[in-house]
Amino acid sequence: MSEATMVAAPPVADPSLPYNDTVAGAVVGTWADDTDQALFVAPDKLLALLTHLRDAEQYDLLSSVTCVDYSAYKGKARAGISERFDVVYHLYSTKKGGGPVRLHVRVPDGDTVPSATGVYPGANLQEREVYDLFGITFEGHPNLRRVLTWEGFNGHPLRKDWQEAYFDEETKPFKNRHPAGSYQWHEDKLPWGDNNTYPAGWDPDSWEAPVSYVPVSQAPHRGFGELDTQSIVINLGPHHPSTHGVFRMLTRMEGETILALEPEMGYLHRNHEKIGERNTWLMNMPFTDRLDYINSMSNNLGYALAVEKLLDIEVPERAQYIRVIMAELTRIINHTWSIGFILNDLGALQTPALYAIEEREMILDLFEEVSGARLMCNYMRFGGVVRDLTPGWEERAKYLVHDRLPRALDQLDELLSGNEIVKARGRGVGYLSAQDLIALSVTGPMIRAAGVPYDIRKAEPYCIYDRFDFDIPTLAESDIYARYYIRLLEARESVKILQQALRDLPPGQINAYASATLSQGFGTIMGGKGGYTFRPVEGEAYARVEAPKGELGYYIVSDNKTNAYRYHVRSPSYINLNALGPMSVGYKIADAVVILGAIDIVLGEVDR
Amino acid sequence: MFGTGLLKGLGVTLKHFTDTFTDDRRKEPSRYEGSIKLDDGRRIIDQPITQEGLLTIQYPEERRLLPERFRYIPMLLWDTEIGEDRCTACGICAKVCPPQCIWIVRDSDENGKPITRPAEFYIDVAVCMSCSFCAEFCPFDAIKMNHDYELAVYDRYPQLVYDKEELTVPLEYYAALWPTQFAEEQAHRAKEKEEELRRNEEKKRAAAAKAQAKAAGVAEAGDGAAKPKRSKEELDALKAQAAAKAAAKKEGGADAGAVETGNAEAPVAEDAEAAAKRARLEELKRKAAEKAAQRKKEGGA
Repeated sequence: MSEATMVAAPPVADPSLPYNDTVAGAVVGTWADDTDQALFVAPDKLLALLTHLRDAEQYDLLSSVTCVDYSAYKGKARAGISERFDVVYHLYSTKKGGGPVRLHVRVPDGDTVPSATGVYPGANLQEREVYDLFGITFEGHPNLRRVLTWEGFNGHPLRKDWQEAYFDEETKPFKNRHPAGSYQWHEDKLPWGDNNTYPAGWDPDSWEAPVSYVPVSQAPHRGFGELDTQSIVINLGPHHPSTHGVFRMLTRMEGETILALEPEMGYLHRNHEKIGERNTWLMNMPFTDRLDYINSMSNNLGYALAVEKLLDIEVPERAQYIRVIMAELTRIINHTWSIGFILNDLGALQTPALYAIEEREMILDLFEEVSGARLMCNYMRFGGVVRDLTPGWEERAKYLVHDRLPRALDQLDELLSGNEIVKARGRGVGYLSAQDLIALSVTGPMIRAAGVPYDIRKAEPYCIYDRFDFDIPTLAESDIYARYYIRLLEARESVKILQQALRDLPPGQINAYASATLSQGFGTIMGGKGGYTFRPVEGEAYARVEAPKGELGYYIVSDNKTNAYRYHVRSPSYINLNALGPMSVGYKIADAVVILGAIDIVLGEVDR
Repeated sequence: MFGTGLLKGLGVTLKHFTDTFTDDRRKEPSRYEGSIKLDDGRRIIDQPITQEGLLTIQYPEERRLLPERFRYIPMLLWDTEIGEDRCTACGICAKVCPPQCIWIVRDSDENGKPITRPAEFYIDVAVCMSCSFCAEFCPFDAIKMNHDYELAVYDRYPQLVYDKEELTVPLEYYAALWPTQFAEEQAHRAKEKEEELRRNEEKKRAAAAKAQAKAAGVAEAGDGAAKPKRSKEELDALKAQAAAKAAAKKEGGADAGAVETGNAEAPVAEDAEAAAKRARLEELKRKAAEKAAQRKKEGGA
């Protein structure tokens, strides 16, 4: 922060507000009764405050950047505020742990916000997302263009006045389904005609997809001495088996060496957040299954925690244990799956992958037995879980975690860890320092493989994780091999947690709504035959869980309606992709495939 | 030594291979333990958690044994005991459905008065996300999750939009698929019925006691202990008001009488109605079977 901005600060800075003694005039207000500290920040002081928070207060992780369009807000908290948008930042500390600092920057329509990429490079993809979906311009962003939708997309879909094709109504339930049942067939409406609109002045016929974006177009080309060489652009994907879905890596190559790599995504974008805002609170639960479809249980858990924060309900003991058991089983599924597919990407086709997912089948059988589905479990509810465990489930789960899983993990270890090819391909490839990774907002096994012992289960314990005895394994190397091996170690820790949780699993109720009554709800809340809708108090909440892929956060805003006013998913897969480009530069193109594999993305969560 | 890691790994795969191979060569491989053999030679395999080795279920000759809670798409229950749909067209399933794929037309009687029965009930099963909220929140246990997952057809529309007939299954079918839950619900229903009987009984008893007390009160009224709450003039005025209201109603709605007579005739026609309902159930079953057969034929073609 320069001296000039200090001088230019308005003299009205309220010293009672936090950080105003060091960055005068940055914080202009707070929300009084808020669980997390929400601070309103003057846009021109944002960067100064972020720098201060990063350097002096150790808030080194910019977890989430998102935006709320308040133009249709019905609550009382916004009375007298004319700005349409709030850009919301969540900062955490990987050194101190604990809760977030939440910053709101109020922006009128058409105004710009200074880009945080200079302070936190990890804001890159998230600011692009906000630009894409809300149309807010970030000044100073190096590569501000649409990320989830394409360049010819008309409008900004998360604005409250934007409506999708086949628009029915603002919120569900739609009134035309009952009692008259006049449903319009989607097939009756013209699929490719009227509903396709383009921005003004946009001609779809004359448009050509730009081949080289920043930074691919600006990649330095060194050449080989006297030789007249060229660098070429190669598209890996969108249809390529190594990309784990529909995902494109735009690379500029010199020979086989990567000069620059740019992730291109959005092929699976379905505007999950808009769907979430149309849904009632409960309806959204099965939609969260579809984010990271390998780990539906932890997605459910994160969303349930966020809404529970608003509702302020206590979850019964048994439900807490069941939740932890499900979340940890999911982590083992994810890590064995991910190990298998890192090996797949290395060229060890199928054998390790099949061995790795053998146990997954058994875990999915357990999931299916309690929830009715193997992948789309839809098992958690606000205040607990939906159904109790079946008779005999515990015994089978105990057999699994005491006998099968440890054996299977040892077997994977024996099969792969000493393998000379894995070592040769993995050691020293895809290196990025811990500091860079945190600056790029990377979370999860990726930073633990770089020696940062940051795990939300320990740093800001949720559920009942503070009761279990487990370690956070770390490795110092921060390469492919470490990212492979850390997952094995974490799966072993999960087995440890599972053994304890299954040992201590108490009898009792599985959800809070069986007994509790809430003022916001219709008598009982979410009880099987009880109310199916409720109105949480006005406010906002951010809950995060240590999902297998990293920090999974849900940011929700309620205006005391049956639907979420704003629903945002901070998805680890998407934000970890910040590191893909920096990680791949200088390595061979064959390594880029494994580097992507070791980030462990799921496109359902990347594109949302 | 270079290569030891590779050899170790190969040892693991070799062990895996021999384990699976020898198990498969056995007269009764372990994967058939606890499996159910059907008449047509097919098997339903219950995959035990102790199963070792890689196991392939040879679909469609072999299928997995589905757990009771398995949910695929919803079905509507036809209560065979009383011979009618359990659905009352209350619309809660349509309101709670996340993709909003249920739509219901409420039935009405000949006078246009809505009645608690669905005239049409559609589920777009191509949109259904199998969340089972409808089954969870139905207050009448009328909609439950079916286990039938072989729904492939050539055209999404209209084959994958199921109407009421396609969705309806008899109660016995549900009882066979979800035995534990069905037993729980039956017990709950029986208990509720008992409770209602008891409450009615109590009400009757209370009324009798009240009447007795009233009679006693009238007997004692002679000494002026029980004064009427309203004076005679007030009561007369109220009576006149009520009479005027009734007259106005009679003039306004001539069909009010028709409804009453319709209700009066209902008990007489009950037997015929039950027979008709039974016939309709048979028809429903036949149609469902036909449609399923047709679907399968189209799928196989």
